[in-house]
Amino acid sequence: MARKSFREAINEALRLEMRRDPRVIIMGEDVAGGMGAAGEQDAWGGVLGVTKGLISEFGQERVRDTPISESAFIGAAVGAAATGLRPVAELMFIDFMGVCLDQILNQAAKLRYMFGGRATVPLVIRTMYGAGLRAASQHSQSLYPIFTHIPGLKVVIPSSPYEAKGLLIRAIRDDDPVIFCEHKMLYDETEEVPDEAYTIPFGEANFTREGEDVTIVAIGRMVKFANEAADRLTARGVACSVIDPRTASPLDEETILESVKETGRLVVVDEASPRCNLATDIVALVATKAFSALKAPVNIVAPPHTPVPFSPALEDAYVPSPAKIEAAALAVMG
Amino acid sequence: MPDGIRAVTVPKWGLAMTEGTVVAWYANEGDQVNAGTDLVEIETPKITNLYESPASGVLRRRVAQVGETLPVGALLAVLTEEEVPDADIDAFVAKFAAEFVPESVSESGAEALKPQTTEIGGRRMRYLKMGDTESTPVVLIHGFGGDLNSWLFTQPTLAQEHPVYAIDLPGHGGSSKQVDRGDLAFLASAVFELMAALEIERAHLVGHSLGGAAAFELASSHPDRVKSLTLLAPVGFGPDINMEYVEGFMRASRPRQLRPFVEQLFANPALVGRKMLDDIISYKRLDGAVEALNIIAGTVFKGGRQAVDLAPRVAGLAIPLQIIWGEGDRIIPSTHLNGLPASVRAHLVPGAGHMVHMEKADEVNDLIEAFLRI
Repeated sequence: MARKSFREAINEALRLEMRRDPRVIIMGEDVAGGMGAAGEQDAWGGVLGVTKGLISEFGQERVRDTPISESAFIGAAVGAAATGLRPVAELMFIDFMGVCLDQILNQAAKLRYMFGGRATVPLVIRTMYGAGLRAASQHSQSLYPIFTHIPGLKVVIPSSPYEAKGLLIRAIRDDDPVIFCEHKMLYDETEEVPDEAYTIPFGEANFTREGEDVTIVAIGRMVKFANEAADRLTARGVACSVIDPRTASPLDEETILESVKETGRLVVVDEASPRCNLATDIVALVATKAFSALKAPVNIVAPPHTPVPFSPALEDAYVPSPAKIEAAALAVMG
Repeated sequence: MPDGIRAVTVPKWGLAMTEGTVVAWYANEGDQVNAGTDLVEIETPKITNLYESPASGVLRRRVAQVGETLPVGALLAVLTEEEVPDADIDAFVAKFAAEFVPESVSESGAEALKPQTTEIGGRRMRYLKMGDTESTPVVLIHGFGGDLNSWLFTQPTLAQEHPVYAIDLPGHGGSSKQVDRGDLAFLASAVFELMAALEIERAHLVGHSLGGAAAFELASSHPDRVKSLTLLAPVGFGPDINMEYVEGFMRASRPRQLRPFVEQLFANPALVGRKMLDDIISYKRLDGAVEALNIIAGTVFKGGRQAVDLAPRVAGLAIPLQIIWGEGDRIIPSTHLNGLPASVRAHLVPGAGHMVHMEKADEVNDLIEAFLRI
């Protein structure tokens, strides 16, 4: 076991599954890099180097650069999955979902249902989301609630290197289409990650902090911020539980409800735009199934309902921060 | 240090420990405490443990607050043996804080101590070596579902006088998860092959629970390779095994489900920290780990009873044997210690459960060290 970055953890998950199962292939824009140029075929490994080195081990047959047409290559990946391969397709930015949404929404998510369970689509779409990289409003969104809305898709949002490796291996072994959302500001985070293959189940939330005063639910990069807030709150005498649902779909409702019944107070942190996001979904869950346990109104920490700003100062103000989470928890403490 | 004032500092449990978190105080400021009474509960990355007062006196100041994480050697509390004015205590605390320098990671040895792996016949075996003396090596073999980290309080102490190898059995920790039939003969042969690969001609074996039975099996099949045998709460000395624990341990996929089962390993359930549970869950998620445990449990605990009886073979064993058992063991009852030949050195440790070597580390270390000197 060694310390590995989020980027390395994902690379290792892909490598181990490609070794284990010859049906696993990867495809996407620049996943090999240097398309067609001799001697430079491993120049990129994706825009942020996540798939670097895979083409040298597995070759061009299994690591396929695609033309810049998401509609075409996501569609090809759906077809490949339905006919026996286990593709991991990379949608470079989640913001590009618009140009391939029909392939995901009407094809990948529907095939098993429409064939009466006799077809499967073991497809993983890895995609980068989130603000913080000064990449402006078309490359910074947190659009996972849109995928979460679609029955037939599983939506995974890992919060750390350990989580990313175990959840990605689990995703590749799943027989249903999985949207795997990687926050671009997490790639350089490091922690201890086992060298061996392991899987983390879907629909099983993780307590990253345990405390009896406030339940904070956060996902993806927001888990890190919620942990920071919880640690500061401990020093102020407020004990928080931080719950990382890990998967937006399926959602571990039971763990969230159990925790709210213990604490009676809820803060939900979500980097997605505030209308119809994961936070409103979780708050509705608690309001319908655990209302009588609440000792205070719930609180949501989410960005304002605007595009992600390009101005660095405004972008920093836009994203939920540990300080905002801390203030929200203090507010529900009354 | 001024006369009559004594600093109580964060202890170092195991070479890898660099910091500890205060979980609870067991004495109030102004209380008279005695050397050896429970003073403060400290959580480390591996275990939560009670720290006993190193001296007698009046607890004048609890410097560390509950929830605070401090480096090893930092000031926890101030004890006085005689009347000392508050101003002197304040000055002492301030001076300690000003002069205290935490040991660096390299000094602590944590960096250098990384487990190694070696391939033997297509099987990966992981082990951790400590100690560089020339004396007979010691091999530590953990129990069912455990790994080499369960010796964190044992290995550094024994390593002062011996090279000490803590190993991961097949199916466990960082070793390969293939376990064949999962019986004692297989486990013992895996240990034997690892000893051969590491050029350990002859060793003192210390085995806990399932690892105790594997150590016994190895000692009886290769008596020339084993100098002494210390078994802690071993499998193989009676019919009883807590199957509720075994099955619950294998079934639980979340820390909260696992906690009530892991708590049964200790006389004091408060010792089970979140990190310990996370480590076990993380192991169980490895490809093949739960399957390996199932195969071993299906063989060694077939039908909910212990399938192997080693007791009749004790008399024929020409190797010094000591058996140590926690009096409050809820996994394998300490009554299995009864009726063994007088040649066996038997010790019952009060206030300890199945993880006797973690729960009463000093006592068990003393017993092992004394036995190794014979």
